Amino acid sequence: MAALEPGAAGPEQRIRFYQVGSHVVGNRLLHPEQRTVQARMDRSNTLTCGHRACRGCGEALGARYVLDAAMRAAEGKVIAANATGCLEVFSTPFPESSWQLPWIHSLFANAPAVASGVAAALRAKGREDVRVVGQGGDGGTVDIGFGCLSGMFERNDDVLFVCYDNEAYMNTGVQRSGATPPAARTANTKPVGASSGNPFGQGKDMPRIAMAHRIPYVATATIADPHDLERKVEAAMAMRGARYLHVFVTCPLGWGSEPRDTIKVARLAKETGLFPVFEAVDGEVVGVSRIRRRTPVEDYLRIQRRFAHLFGDPPRTDLIERIQQIADRNIAEFALLDGEGEPW
Amino acid sequence: MLRQLEGSAAVAETVALCRPEVVCAYPISPQTHIVEGLADLVAEGRLQPCEYMMVESEFAAMSVCIGASAAGARAYTATASQGLLYMTEALYNASGLGLPIVMTVANRAIGAPINIWNDHSDAMSQRDSGWIQLYAETNQEAVDLHAQAFKIAERLSLPVMVCMDGFVLTHAYERIDLPSAAAVDAFLPPFEPRQVLDPADPMTIGAMVGPEAFAEVRYLAHAKQMQALDVIPEVAGEFERAFGRPSGGLVRGYRLDDAETVVVALGSVLGTIEDAIDAMREEGVRIGALAIKSFRPFPLEEVRGALAGARRVVVLEKAMAVGIGGIVSTDIRMALSGRQVNGYTVIAGLGGRPITGASLRRLFAEAVEDRLEPLSFLDMDWDRVRAELARMAEGGRSGPHAENILREVGVVAGRSH
Amino acid sequence: MEARVAAPSLAVMDGARKRFEVRVHGRGGQGVVTAAELLSVAAFDEGHHAQAFPSFGSERMGAPVVAFCRFSEWPIRTREPVAEPDALIVQDPTLLHQVDLFGGLDRDGYVLLNSSRDIEELGLAEFAAGFRAERWLTVPAGEIARRHLGKPLPNAALLGGFAALSGQLKLESVLAAIGERFHGAAGEGNATAARECFQLVARQMLRSVSRA
Repeated sequence: MAALEPGAAGPEQRIRFYQVGSHVVGNRLLHPEQRTVQARMDRSNTLTCGHRACRGCGEALGARYVLDAAMRAAEGKVIAANATGCLEVFSTPFPESSWQLPWIHSLFANAPAVASGVAAALRAKGREDVRVVGQGGDGGTVDIGFGCLSGMFERNDDVLFVCYDNEAYMNTGVQRSGATPPAARTANTKPVGASSGNPFGQGKDMPRIAMAHRIPYVATATIADPHDLERKVEAAMAMRGARYLHVFVTCPLGWGSEPRDTIKVARLAKETGLFPVFEAVDGEVVGVSRIRRRTPVEDYLRIQRRFAHLFGDPPRTDLIERIQQIADRNIAEFALLDGEGEPW
Repeated sequence: MLRQLEGSAAVAETVALCRPEVVCAYPISPQTHIVEGLADLVAEGRLQPCEYMMVESEFAAMSVCIGASAAGARAYTATASQGLLYMTEALYNASGLGLPIVMTVANRAIGAPINIWNDHSDAMSQRDSGWIQLYAETNQEAVDLHAQAFKIAERLSLPVMVCMDGFVLTHAYERIDLPSAAAVDAFLPPFEPRQVLDPADPMTIGAMVGPEAFAEVRYLAHAKQMQALDVIPEVAGEFERAFGRPSGGLVRGYRLDDAETVVVALGSVLGTIEDAIDAMREEGVRIGALAIKSFRPFPLEEVRGALAGARRVVVLEKAMAVGIGGIVSTDIRMALSGRQVNGYTVIAGLGGRPITGASLRRLFAEAVEDRLEPLSFLDMDWDRVRAELARMAEGGRSGPHAENILREVGVVAGRSH
Repeated sequence: MEARVAAPSLAVMDGARKRFEVRVHGRGGQGVVTAAELLSVAAFDEGHHAQAFPSFGSERMGAPVVAFCRFSEWPIRTREPVAEPDALIVQDPTLLHQVDLFGGLDRDGYVLLNSSRDIEELGLAEFAAGFRAERWLTVPAGEIARRHLGKPLPNAALLGGFAALSGQLKLESVLAAIGERFHGAAGEGNATAARECFQLVARQMLRSVSRA
């Protein structure tokens, strides 16, 4: 199946199924060509088993999906540059490594630049059949890696950069980053004294900052919709130039959610409107993943202990309302409900 | 071919002949003419295949070099001063990963106060970064050292910085014998990496190493620099055989044979020192000089041997270890441990203050009579220093030091120096 | 341009290593550094060792600027600024009372100033009398440059004058150096200006000789 044009709808397929408690359509019910890369026996297992990630780690899941899809698209010829962070640490406990592709970890702040360097070397050697993926967490992308990322975007270097956003500096013990949402508890934004967790700021909308650079492709995705995530990787790999993928990944340890809820939390982030899922080409949004069943933010916040202080005695309905307004604004700006979504 | 041209231009041409595949450019005085020269050479098609990357910071420049070198490309960049500091984290990373990157450092002072002129503070601040540090005395040597640097780096899998005095060498026009493309190709074979990111043979580079293995991995960096003590003279010898002139190596002595007093220094100041030594020799003073060419690794044995007959050693340094005194002096002292020698550290030329022949002759005259303090500062205006210290002692808001002293100096440069 | 290779004896003593040292004064934007560089190229073309370098760093139009050039039969090792020039080239006479132009000038030194006024009119006659006054000349290089180049950039023109005044370098060498650096109309204009200054200075020197 050819990679879909970004924003295009896939071919229609009628499926009969009987299933309760989930919205997920199992892979076996789909045409083989429409199954995920992960469902195939010949997947690369780029991030193979044996790594030291926590139970229910959303980032490990996301990285596995992203890289296997990238490897498939590039016929196994991918080089990865990884920032310091959870992914790097749990995947390479010396003397072991989970990576089954050429992989380099340099520093915290320079993964985009290192990736640019690899791409430059490949170009000088006439080996542009080999593709480059840069990756890091929200800290290494949105904060300390921001300068290098912007430089890579501006030069339009041929790199797909993936940010696995778990909304804090998890590897170092859950400290607040520029991606930490308002009211969230982190190690340095504890709800003690007059504080109610992370302040309500204006956020740092990394996907839109990427779009402002007018790079060929920007997309957001979550680990709750692996088909969508893989499709976006394929779409990105079909292009050249600077491409950016921002993946919402649940962190059970840092967020205080149950490991079994990892996918559910990610789905709720999308269904509440707190995490808009969309793609953009050359700086313009070309498609959104609509909300299927609109959900109040409370459902999302309740199952994460980092927001537990909002549900104390008395509950902070004022703050929950402010978070709801953020979701509402996203829904309006991205038209996340138009068409198929059910009103609530 | 003999040409009269600017040092930076000569370096750019020579680096191009070394066939770098990725060149990173971020501008900082006084290296700008080098990266500009390389840009022209790439644009004109005279350097290809080469990706010329204009990056957004020096930190990015070294990071791009890291990625490029790890992917098997010959990588080069240039910087100075603040830029070198900004890439410090990446310097350690490059040497720790064993990547044979070559970088020109156009030696310049480090602020505050901001100063764009020549001294050795920048490279000296990175002496422990694991990079090999070679110092050029002339622009001819700067040219020669770049060709040698790629060879040394790739033979050892260790990055090399070629230090040349900013403005004094980079912006000086002088006669230089530029090597031909064929000669450089014969001298410098294509880069064959010890480790490379290659889908055909995947490997993980940059793993985390805990207490159980870190010491051993780290020691290897030192072991490689110890090997460099052999490789550097080897490559210098290969260069001399190929190009017919001596350059590089670990140290170079000047009129050392019967010298009672030896002046030790790095870089371009040695030319001025040699003129002063010749003048004093004419008056019968037994004085000589020792040029340190390789500062890292530090050639302890060669220095000890060269200073064997010296009764007193004057180390002239263009940088300062704040809170103690000399930097090079410490290493010299280590080379001379167990020996009875009068050692003098002279800090000179900070922030581009010219080191004149007259000042050197006065200094050396005092040195040979042992009238120097163990630590002294050449041509320091002690009145201004005392005045500012007095201002501070008064307490209260005495103001920023730099601005206070500049006010005394006068805003317009009233003198030709 | 290829130059013959000088092969000095290494045993030569410092006193015999004669050097000619020039200091060029002007303001940022007047091509002071270029002047010193061109001098060094001209000297190189004649088979000398030559060195040229600036004393300033950051670019700023209008600020006083100094550049140095040394040339010699022998390799030049020293890197210090020229403290005792054998010749001064002053591209901007407004520096006269702002900067210590004449510091260290040799008693037999040459001085060439860019001005339409002569030494006496510039108020320098008494000072020059302490030196060899016949070696102090002015030449309206800026105006000459304006005529041939369209811009009052006196640097190349003054080098022609310097060749005539000092006799240290041939006009041909100066013109060759100019031609290597400047092409097309700029090259022709600068060369013509240099030639004219050369002739003007040569004439002035003849007159002073005949007066002596």
